Amino acid sequence: MTQPIIQLKGFDKFFGDFAALSQVDLDIKTGEFFSLLGPSGCGKTTLLRSIAGFETPSAGSLYIDGKTMEGVPANKRPTNMVFQSYAIFPHMSVAENVAYGLKARRLPKAEITTRVAEAIAMVGLEGFGGRASHALSGGQRQRVALARALVLKPRVLLLDEPLSALDKKLREQMQSELRRLQRAVGITFVLVTHDQEEALTMSDRIAVMFDGKIAQVATPQALYGQPCSRRVANFIGMMNFLDAKILSTSGDTVEVDVQSLGKLSLSLSQATGGIEGCNSAGVRPEMLTILTGSQTAEREIEAVVSEVFYYGDMTYYDVRLPFKEEPITITMRNTAGRTVLAVGENARVGWSASSLLLLR
Amino acid sequence: MTWFQKWRRGEGAQGLFLISPTLAFTLLLLAVPLVLVVALSFWTQDYLTLHRTFTMDNYKTAWSEPMYQYLMGRSLKISMMVTAMTVLLAYPVAYFISFYVPPKRKAMWIFLITIPFWTSYLMRIFLWKVILGYNGVVNGSLMGLGLIEEPLSFILYNQNAVVLTLAHAWVPFAILPIFVALERVDRSLIEAAEDLGDSKLRRFFRVTLPLSMPGVIAATIIVFIPTIGDYVTPRLVGGPNGLMIANMIELQFKKANNAPLGAALAISAMAIVTCVALIFIWMNKKYIRGAK
Ligand SMILES: Nc1ncnc2c1ncn2[C@@H]1O[C@H](COP(=O)(O)OP(=O)(O)OP(=O)(O)O)[C@@H](O)[C@H]1O
Ligand SMILES: [Mg+2]
Repeated sequence: MTQPIIQLKGFDKFFGDFAALSQVDLDIKTGEFFSLLGPSGCGKTTLLRSIAGFETPSAGSLYIDGKTMEGVPANKRPTNMVFQSYAIFPHMSVAENVAYGLKARRLPKAEITTRVAEAIAMVGLEGFGGRASHALSGGQRQRVALARALVLKPRVLLLDEPLSALDKKLREQMQSELRRLQRAVGITFVLVTHDQEEALTMSDRIAVMFDGKIAQVATPQALYGQPCSRRVANFIGMMNFLDAKILSTSGDTVEVDVQSLGKLSLSLSQATGGIEGCNSAGVRPEMLTILTGSQTAEREIEAVVSEVFYYGDMTYYDVRLPFKEEPITITMRNTAGRTVLAVGENARVGWSASSLLLLR
Repeated sequence: MTWFQKWRRGEGAQGLFLISPTLAFTLLLLAVPLVLVVALSFWTQDYLTLHRTFTMDNYKTAWSEPMYQYLMGRSLKISMMVTAMTVLLAYPVAYFISFYVPPKRKAMWIFLITIPFWTSYLMRIFLWKVILGYNGVVNGSLMGLGLIEEPLSFILYNQNAVVLTLAHAWVPFAILPIFVALERVDRSLIEAAEDLGDSKLRRFFRVTLPLSMPGVIAATIIVFIPTIGDYVTPRLVGGPNGLMIANMIELQFKKANNAPLGAALAISAMAIVTCVALIFIWMNKKYIRGAK
């Protein structure tokens, strides 16, 4: 494997005695679209700012391109940042904003002019060069911030929740535009977001963070399919949890007693975060089906519908299983001929042992 | 409903009510005297009697007499020097408080800066005389150290002393607007400049300074306009070569018994100051952009 472009080893950051980051170990590969995902206050911005050079580590080390960044100020690092607030210079026009970094590098005027024009065109702002920066919409500002960083052709582009201020439509448009840009320029992108959908759709790999620690680093599919803990599983999409008790393990199989479902033997690989300390079984809502008519499934269980949420293309059911207080959620696609059940009706729920995960 | 009742309920009336004490005060103590001075400048005085026939003679004298031209020029020069010195001294202090003092202590620092106002201005001028005088602190120390043989005479009773004393007096007034402007500079903009590759010095000149210009401009105006009319300081520490136009205006009103000429000089000085200030603001208009 080629050398990772960004490497953090045992990285700590304290504000006073509050640990904003603790023992972060992270490798980001060259050219990948990497996302940092986590709830508010978990340290995403702090981690990004540490990479950019705005926070000095309390312990541990950071390497970019194999070189230690100790004592290297932000203006000497091969990274550029798109700030959460965009940080567009209000006293400069769009073109002057984009030219800022090129002027800092004292490039010849002619080169600056052509590169600025290219960058402005790349983010789709042709004709806006002379526009005063306070006369821009949120989406336009974000694109100026992007152009201003991309024009410098950094090795790594750091983006701090660049899309959170935009409305849904524009956000989705910018998401695909960002992805397209990243493929076109081949720069490593590190994106901070607290929107799991955004992380899943855009990234090659995602790091999930809680309380200043990295919980899991994986591809979107692996993260969704094999979360390493209940907390991660709950943060990425929806998951139903049932109490589970490990009875015995032998070789590759695990004997468990799962609430409502009874004794089962599962594969050890279904304990995606390791078998140690597992006390619940998780199953995604779309892995369960409500059987109708003569449909059968590998395994079936009787349940009672307690809530119905109809979304048009989908219906979300809350159903109550025997021996379980809390209802579980099942999502069903409303295909042709399918009737939507009503609250209080009995339902046959189909499930399979292989769709269960053992988590702690 | 009559128009008066309507008007009384409107916002205009409320606003007028709010400012009415200030407005009355201003009209009485500023506008009325100003009108009187303007009127006076077109009259003539013969010992103690005023002749109220319209004449431009006072202005002709004020603008053509070399003595007055010279004094006007000197006054402009001195107050420009004071302004430059004040702003140059105030900026680093304001910068320090805004960028290096922890947020909790900023209020205390600003409070400390106002301490000089606890002593009257006259006292402070006399203190400068003590410091700069022939047998003063500076000369005493330098002679004590054996660095000079005789007391330096160029430090008191001349223009330098006027500039120094005025600058010292006005620095706090300049620090405050600059501090406020610096506080309003979004720190993420400075980080963005660093991120884009600028060194500390360059990002100061490309981001921090331009964005704090409204404060610098305010400070400049606040210092420049009143200093040009100052006559206490030049009188006390200026010596014969440090006198300014306001001293001449005072002279005309009092000893020379020529209030109309004094008035014409005063109005001319006001006009010139206004022009200079407007030109200055116009030159910097790109920095003065209000909230949109
Ligand atoms: N300069 C600072 N001084 C003290 N505490 C700080 C400082 N900066 C951040 N923190 C704390 O560190 C923690 C992590 O902050 P950070 O900004 O990295 O969160 P985040 O994950 O980016 O959150 P959000 O999604 O809300 O932006 C927070 O609890 C925050 O209060
Ligand atoms: Mg953040």
